[in-house]
Amino acid sequence: MKHDPVDVLIIGAGASGAAVAWSLAETKMHILCLDQGGWMNPSEYPSTGRDWEAKFYGDWSTSPNIRGRPEDYPINDDNSPIKVVNFNGIGGSTVMYTAHWPRLHPSDFKVKTLDGVADDWPIDYDALTPFFEENDRMMGVSGLSGDPRSPLTHPPMPPQPLGLSGPLIGNAMNKLGWHWWPSDTTVATMDYEGRARCINLGHCTPACAQGAKASTDITYWPHAIRAGVEVKTHCRVREILTNEDGMASGVVYYDKDGVEQFQPAEVVIIACNGVGTPRLLLNSVSGRFPNGLANSSGLVGKNLMFHPYAQIYGFVKEPTDSNRAPPTCLWSKEFYDTDRSRGFVRGYGIQFGRGAGPVFEAVASEQKGILPWGADHHRVFRKLNGHRLAVSAICEDLPEEHNRVTLDPVLKDGHGIPAPKIDYTISENSRKMMEHGLARGREILEAAGATDICINNPIPWGGWHLLGTARMGADPARSVVNEWGRSHDVKNLFIVDGSVFVTSGGVNPTSTIQAIALYVADQMKQRLANLFD
Amino acid sequence: MTAANELTSAHRNDLRTVAAMIIPASDGYKVPGADDPAIQADMLATLGRDTAMVRQALDHLARLAGQPLADLDAARRDAVAREFRASGGEAAAVLVRVVLQCYYRDDRVLRSLGLELRAPFPKGYTLEQGDWSLLDPVKARPSTLRRA
Repeated sequence: MKHDPVDVLIIGAGASGAAVAWSLAETKMHILCLDQGGWMNPSEYPSTGRDWEAKFYGDWSTSPNIRGRPEDYPINDDNSPIKVVNFNGIGGSTVMYTAHWPRLHPSDFKVKTLDGVADDWPIDYDALTPFFEENDRMMGVSGLSGDPRSPLTHPPMPPQPLGLSGPLIGNAMNKLGWHWWPSDTTVATMDYEGRARCINLGHCTPACAQGAKASTDITYWPHAIRAGVEVKTHCRVREILTNEDGMASGVVYYDKDGVEQFQPAEVVIIACNGVGTPRLLLNSVSGRFPNGLANSSGLVGKNLMFHPYAQIYGFVKEPTDSNRAPPTCLWSKEFYDTDRSRGFVRGYGIQFGRGAGPVFEAVASEQKGILPWGADHHRVFRKLNGHRLAVSAICEDLPEEHNRVTLDPVLKDGHGIPAPKIDYTISENSRKMMEHGLARGREILEAAGATDICINNPIPWGGWHLLGTARMGADPARSVVNEWGRSHDVKNLFIVDGSVFVTSGGVNPTSTIQAIALYVADQMKQRLANLFD
Repeated sequence: MTAANELTSAHRNDLRTVAAMIIPASDGYKVPGADDPAIQADMLATLGRDTAMVRQALDHLARLAGQPLADLDAARRDAVAREFRASGGEAAAVLVRVVLQCYYRDDRVLRSLGLELRAPFPKGYTLEQGDWSLLDPVKARPSTLRRA
């Protein structure tokens, strides 16, 4: 079935799709967004039930392979020590994330110039600054301005309380003389733009029943829809078609009833992030584009960057916040910048964790062998439960072409569309960085008086950050999109998600992803008269 | 005949026995063991997507034990349990997780831990501000943001 053409078709209603839709809405163009998932129902979120922790292991797992909702697609990540985690639905992975909200640093855009590795971005931090600020207002950010080791931010809400865990970490960091700072987060610490303030439901990751955590279904989308953007749910795009001029003509998708549809469009914007976007491009094969759409460079799917997480945790005598607070509260940039005496280039941010709930603690500690079976179980559990502090080094992953997303020759989703396959190895540079992070983390925990120290190196289900697989650049031979997000090969095709990252920095990327989406939208608006030149 | 997604009577007996080995009752802490009938009933009622893995784990356990786990003497039972956990892979991990997730939501257990018997929403929790003066030494440092 063929529909009337739209001016702009956006694929994906997550972090970047929502931001680009909202920004473009002021043009009054006919904008349609297709998403493979539906609207979320907060009354079904885990924290509304007594079995809230058990749900993390099933219907609310971070892994699409475990979760297996109809809107999820399978991912073959057997050949990767880091497994892909994400969420599919209106809001995308902003429904299911920790809400930790650092930005890339200015130096992250110039890694070749500064450190002689990877490539510089074709844009710099200053180009994104107004969009970082705009995005922070739209998402609603809490934090404390003035961090001496981070870019200057202006969070509209005060930071989360330190709680019980924050002072334990702060004291330890002060003993060591190392930097720490309250994290910027997208957790509302006061009533904000129709969102109720945080009431500490704990474990923000699997969605916030209070609506205090910003997810784009409750931030950008209501504004975008009021401005005229149309959203169609449960529509999974199979491929992007092109016409005889090599321009995108529209997309083929399966509607909520599984019926194949064709939606023509003047402009197509992909916002499916670092696995979904290359999957779609590689599935969009034609005589003119035999290796996938926008892939004349051969780089679609390559240079996948995850951010390997090296986590170390221990247990202190004092009570910690456990599950009675958002999971993250503080960061450190002490080891963010290159110091070659450490034996690696680039660096990592540190993300501190406040603790865990009783079921998670029991399961994790039993698996680590520190919680015994038998009569001593009860004594040990009471020593561990509610006493955990965690330190996670979020290591900058440099781009390497052998780390990649391809199409699995066998695995398919529920609509028969080839699924993505991940091939990924942790580089020697990253390994050294992770070991450094673990050693520093141990010092922090020991300074806090922690015992029973355990590590996750890497966090196996830690593939949240899906970056680099349709990289941005000025050279069409070395990049997939140009410096304002337009495909080098297809002049009405844009990409606005994490796949355009040239390098990954050492921080959670969603703030930067959305700033880029707003920046690309702004570039499009400025060039409407000659967008396809 | 038992469907592949159900547990047999033998499975259930072994599940109860191994659950008690993981978490026995304690008079000192005033808590039941994980073999408590109400906790066992919760496990069976909510196995859901875990049923196949738990069944696989219990089959493995039965092979190691060679007879109902409860019929083994204590030393042999402990040896089988250690071997089960060491060689049971993901299925054994799922079984243990099922036991733990049902045990640590039981009212008597949560009460013993001093935890409230409720879902986090809608009441939530209070988070104290903490001592913000700890941040003063960090604030006093000059900016060291690396220049691009």
